[in-house]
Amino acid sequence: MSDTAQAQTAPAPAAAGGEHHHPNYVKIWAILVGLLAVSVVGPMVGVRWLTLVTAFGIAIVKAYLVARNFMHINLEKRWVAYLLLGMLAFMAIFMGGVSPDVMKHDGANWNNDAAKAWVEKGLKEAPKEEEHR
Amino acid sequence: MSFPKPAATLRSATGIPTGRLGVWWVIASEIVIFGGLLGSYIMHRLGHPEWAHQSINTNTWAGAFNTLVLLTSSLFAVLAHQAAEQKNGPKAARLLMVTCLGGLIFLIVKSFEWTHEIREGFTLTSNTFWSFYYTAAGLHGLHVIAGVVIMLIVAADARKGLELQRVENIGIYWHFVDLVWIFLFPLLYIAK
Repeated sequence: MSDTAQAQTAPAPAAAGGEHHHPNYVKIWAILVGLLAVSVVGPMVGVRWLTLVTAFGIAIVKAYLVARNFMHINLEKRWVAYLLLGMLAFMAIFMGGVSPDVMKHDGANWNNDAAKAWVEKGLKEAPKEEEHR
Repeated sequence: MSFPKPAATLRSATGIPTGRLGVWWVIASEIVIFGGLLGSYIMHRLGHPEWAHQSINTNTWAGAFNTLVLLTSSLFAVLAHQAAEQKNGPKAARLLMVTCLGGLIFLIVKSFEWTHEIREGFTLTSNTFWSFYYTAAGLHGLHVIAGVVIMLIVAADARKGLELQRVENIGIYWHFVDLVWIFLFPLLYIAK
């Protein structure tokens, strides 16, 4: 059979995807909303590490729940997850490559005077702006 | 006048229906786009302690409400997918319309938020923090608009019981838009 003929007789995408067991989506949504509440309340305590855990740790958990239960990435061909993780790896390489230049304003043989000046200016102006408000 | 469906619509050569495969590729490219933007924001934020004085001006409650709206719209999107799998096109269309409503509420809240911030003098050019804020939230907002438009088209067909596989495809995209906001929310509204 030719490719075209095969294509014409192949099942429609929905059928090819096949039906699967659906979890209780409302329950997952309720968990996500609960996590959202924790991520809003957590930083109000005013402890830095707790803010980091409740804001960013919970964001990762929420992302996992959405990807797994709503996007059904666990039911998809495994290489799709590898493809997406590969893109995240590209992002990590990018950050690893440029972060020393962006996050630091000086090094053994270099100085970023412009960035230092901006930080200094911003920190000086900040209390005045807050008073003004 | 009817046209034959393109072969790509019916083919499933990789074991994944071609339409859905296309959506995964779109998402893969979006990860690099948003990842690059958010990665740059994180690096700058860590290198510029003065940004903390700018970020206190974002409205945490508006951000939290919009997160709730997007999470809820994602719930309706996945329920629409479930209805489509049960071959219930009209129900899938109704649920997609509710998802669209979530997108519209998100955009309305965002427009009020931005109007207030601009009136306070926080514009795209007032500080690098605000440049990132408007660029990241604006790019995300454009994705919300695109999602709503595509969903309306998919819902119109689904109502007639046509092209029900597209309900899942637009759902995957919408969940990704939700995912991006899940990371934007703590970065722009929580980390003060």
